[in-house]
Amino acid sequence: MTSTPLADPITAVAARATDLSKVYGQGETQVVALDRVTVDFEQARFTAIMGPSGSGKSTLMHCVAGLDSFSSGSVRVGDVELGSLKDKQLTKLRRDKIGFIFQAFNLLPTLTALENITLPMDIAGRKPDKEWLNTVIEMVGLSGRLGHRPAQLSGGQQQRVAVARALASKPAIIFGDEPTGNLDSRSGAEVLGFLRNSVRELGQTVVMVTHDPVAAAYADRVIFLADGRIVDEVHAPTAEAVLDRMKQFDAKGRTS
Amino acid sequence: MFRTALRTVLAHKARLLMTVLAVMLGVAFVSGTLVFTNTVSEAFQKSSAKGFDQVDVAIQPKTRKSTGDTLGKKPELTQPLLDKAAEVQGADSAIGVVGGFTAIADKDGKLIGGGFRTQGGNYWGTKDIRYPLVSGHAPKGAGQVLIDSKTAERAGYKVGDTVRISIDGPVLKPEITGIFTTDDGNVAAGGSLALFDTATAQRLFGKTGVYDEIDVKAAPGTSQVALRDALDKALPKDVASTITGEKLADDQAAQITDATSSLRTSLLVFAGIALFVGTFIIANTFTMLVAQRTKELALLRAVGASRRQVTRSVLIEAFVVGAVAAVTGLLAGIGVGAGLRALLGSFGDSVPDGPLVISPSTVLAAFAVGIVITMLAAYLPARRAAKIPPVAAMSSVHAKATTKSLVVRNTIGSLFAAAGIATVLYATTLNSTDGQAPMGLGAVLLIIGVFVLTPLLSRPLIAAAAPLLRVFGIAGKLARQNSVRNPRRTAATASALMIGLTLITGLTVMAGSLQIAIDKMAASSIKADYVVTMANGNPLSPDVDRKLRSADGVTTTSALRFASSRIDGETEYVMGVNGATFTDLTDLTVDSGSMKIGGAQIVVDEDTAKSRDWHTGSRLTASFEAGHKQQLTVAGIYRSTAMMRGIILDNATLSAHASHPSDLQVMVKMSDGATASAKSALEKALGDNPAIQVQDKKDISNGISQSVTLMLNILYGLLAMAVIVAVLGVINTLAMSVFERSQEIGMLRAIGLDRGGIKRMVRLESLVISLFGGVLGIGLGVFFGWAAGRLVGTQISTYQLVLPWGRMAVFLLLAGLVGVLAALWPARRAARLNMLTAIKSQ
Repeated sequence: MTSTPLADPITAVAARATDLSKVYGQGETQVVALDRVTVDFEQARFTAIMGPSGSGKSTLMHCVAGLDSFSSGSVRVGDVELGSLKDKQLTKLRRDKIGFIFQAFNLLPTLTALENITLPMDIAGRKPDKEWLNTVIEMVGLSGRLGHRPAQLSGGQQQRVAVARALASKPAIIFGDEPTGNLDSRSGAEVLGFLRNSVRELGQTVVMVTHDPVAAAYADRVIFLADGRIVDEVHAPTAEAVLDRMKQFDAKGRTS
Repeated sequence: MFRTALRTVLAHKARLLMTVLAVMLGVAFVSGTLVFTNTVSEAFQKSSAKGFDQVDVAIQPKTRKSTGDTLGKKPELTQPLLDKAAEVQGADSAIGVVGGFTAIADKDGKLIGGGFRTQGGNYWGTKDIRYPLVSGHAPKGAGQVLIDSKTAERAGYKVGDTVRISIDGPVLKPEITGIFTTDDGNVAAGGSLALFDTATAQRLFGKTGVYDEIDVKAAPGTSQVALRDALDKALPKDVASTITGEKLADDQAAQITDATSSLRTSLLVFAGIALFVGTFIIANTFTMLVAQRTKELALLRAVGASRRQVTRSVLIEAFVVGAVAAVTGLLAGIGVGAGLRALLGSFGDSVPDGPLVISPSTVLAAFAVGIVITMLAAYLPARRAAKIPPVAAMSSVHAKATTKSLVVRNTIGSLFAAAGIATVLYATTLNSTDGQAPMGLGAVLLIIGVFVLTPLLSRPLIAAAAPLLRVFGIAGKLARQNSVRNPRRTAATASALMIGLTLITGLTVMAGSLQIAIDKMAASSIKADYVVTMANGNPLSPDVDRKLRSADGVTTTSALRFASSRIDGETEYVMGVNGATFTDLTDLTVDSGSMKIGGAQIVVDEDTAKSRDWHTGSRLTASFEAGHKQQLTVAGIYRSTAMMRGIILDNATLSAHASHPSDLQVMVKMSDGATASAKSALEKALGDNPAIQVQDKKDISNGISQSVTLMLNILYGLLAMAVIVAVLGVINTLAMSVFERSQEIGMLRAIGLDRGGIKRMVRLESLVISLFGGVLGIGLGVFFGWAAGRLVGTQISTYQLVLPWGRMAVFLLLAGLVGVLAALWPARRAARLNMLTAIKSQ
């Protein structure tokens, strides 16, 4: 590890963006999605990214997760600088170091729940760590449904499969893009609970984009984006605190 | 509604591209065939009509009439008859026409033209109005000849050159005294024409003092019909029949139309196959489009469109697609027609000049075919679209894969397939004539059954490929699962490929088995070292047999000489052979008696013996031309082969009675067997005649295999169109699948499958579908080849099923190649998909 400890000397950094900018288009039609954003995502912590639509919260996540390219600045995941990587190396990085949970579950309908969970390892051609796999499956409570196909599972169960898939390969960092957006509140709470447990009990690093203050309250830390910049940060948030903060954006005439 | 439909077509034009291409190819095939055959037919008709300009009435000999036990006299057109015709009231002049096969060698000694269109004839007097001279003068005697200007130009001959010409045996070396132009149809079609003076021509063609036809020109003011009636009155009724020039031209035109229409029909059959394959693609495309637009269509229903309107809107889309395909297909077809004419020209068979004929019926056919077929194929998907409930507009989910049970479908398919197999098996127990109809019916039933069953078959067959796919890791696993994900779609795509491969394999199995059977037959019954024939199958001069007999190293020869005779009130063709050595030259199975041929002793084959109720020792009387009668005794009965059948007697006996015997071939036995030097010695003995073939057994089987190969290659070429359309179908299905699964592909990319992996996944899916179609097609093809072979086997005893394993492996590879090629573009598209938009799009 070459990364130097920052504000909190005890906590190492899983991913870091420095002066990160993302600009779409040119000249008149230029849109700045990210404007010199610098942020650290510490290991074994649960970070939520919030902000109104168009604030750049998803773009920030996509750039840090190696899904999207950026215009300037730097992104590191672990000790790897993303800016210099070719598509193939980026793909490998995502495969080995990063886990994803999407809003639309994004499971393969042709694979069983278990096969979906081990998919990243199948792609890498690695054998899953049996013990760890059992731990993860146990944690998300899918033991009885491993042979089912996604179509036979409820939305909440499908997203639990997605959570297990993200955790199973022991990635350095898991990114969630509105993971509870398509779920009812009970299923959503379950999924968020699993994510928080994975951070507290298993030492997993999780970064999640959300617009739901209740979801954000499960995080250790919430960062707020507006107009492509980080405008605020709340540690150990409560739903009320987040909602209050969000209302300030609405007061400026925006909707979330 | 029309506007909505049109908008939809425009919005989906990329996705409809393959469908348009598939229909377009079929339409191009149809309209190309029509343009080509119409053009050729019209060109030949024009050129042949010109050929009859100089003929007002033609006099032709009547056909021979035989009654009772006497063989009738062959009516002949003689010089006195011609003189009589020329003096009839209203006749201006009369020309005697005589002609026959005449081969001209080029400067290297090679035959000019294919051998079938090389003709010879007579030049009438000193100035023949039929053949205007370009240079030189009329020929005189056997040492002088005229040749047509096209042939002269092709071979580089000039007036004064010596040319090698052969009629039916000995080579002539006359001097070219003139070059003429002609509208003769054979010359226009790439043949050659050589003209001798009339007496020489009559002698050379074995028609001394006789004409094949007499052309009479009417005096000014006399109509063709008036002249014909006058001639009818003046000429003996039992010898000459008359026909006007107009009628001749009409008959010829009808003949040309007949010939081109059979060519057109067979080409259209193959166009039909390509179009049939195309319907699978159309149906697949519209099914997928409807599925993808479930929400949109449901919305139309929700805002008040009736079911009928939804159906109609889909059908209007099909109409637009069909119309576009018809227009482009027609244009491409015109190009195909022009290209085919040029292609034919480059093979040496030139077509007479003439404009490209694009008749209104061609245009009409193109539109009818394009539009009707597209709309028919889109009908079921359109009906399905109408069944989408309005509430589907509210659900947020994409169209789900059809989960409708396949039980009904599988039951129907099994019934059809079982009925088909049973009918085909039943047909194989019948003989070749009775079996054809049930065989065809069974084949159709079985194919329909297999079409209906392919979704069911796809699972086990594709599962069988799993071990192979496992090598490719996750990409292979996903490919396998994707390919069985929508069994109907996979089945329709594979079926399209199956049709072409079924036909190709069936034909190959049959042709291969047939070739070996003919080979065996040709080789088994002959012991001679060489068989000498005319290149075009015309009879040889008796001279050839004499010359061969005295050539170096020849132990014995036998001419196979044919003549007609009248036996017990029926006309029989008899074959004369060299009775003394016949058993040294052939190897025939004798059923009873012996093969003693000579004098009055003859042998007959079992079929003839049975039908005429002859036995060994039977006595019969044969009457020949000019009333000659001969007593004959059956010495033995043999089993017939493809080359030897009927009544066989000694040449010495036959020659005494037949004035114009024709030697169709001469069998030769050498003292040292067939060697290269023996062959060239024989050829030399015949004066290196370009028109005569000297073949040993190997040459004969090579000849057979060459003609079988040529026929197969033509059929392969015609079926290639069906395969190309099927390839478009595979591309289409894959492209649509990639589009539908873009979200999944985006997710796979996000969690770490690289572009290569995505490409591999699409390619393997394509490979699996194509090989599935290939295996089905080859399997069905072998079955049909076997079954049809059973029918052929009842006629050809040496027929045996021979499976062309090598070819079948090639076809399977071809199917694989189709899969790989078809996946090129869809795989690239899949790998290039933008992950982020793919994940987000819902």
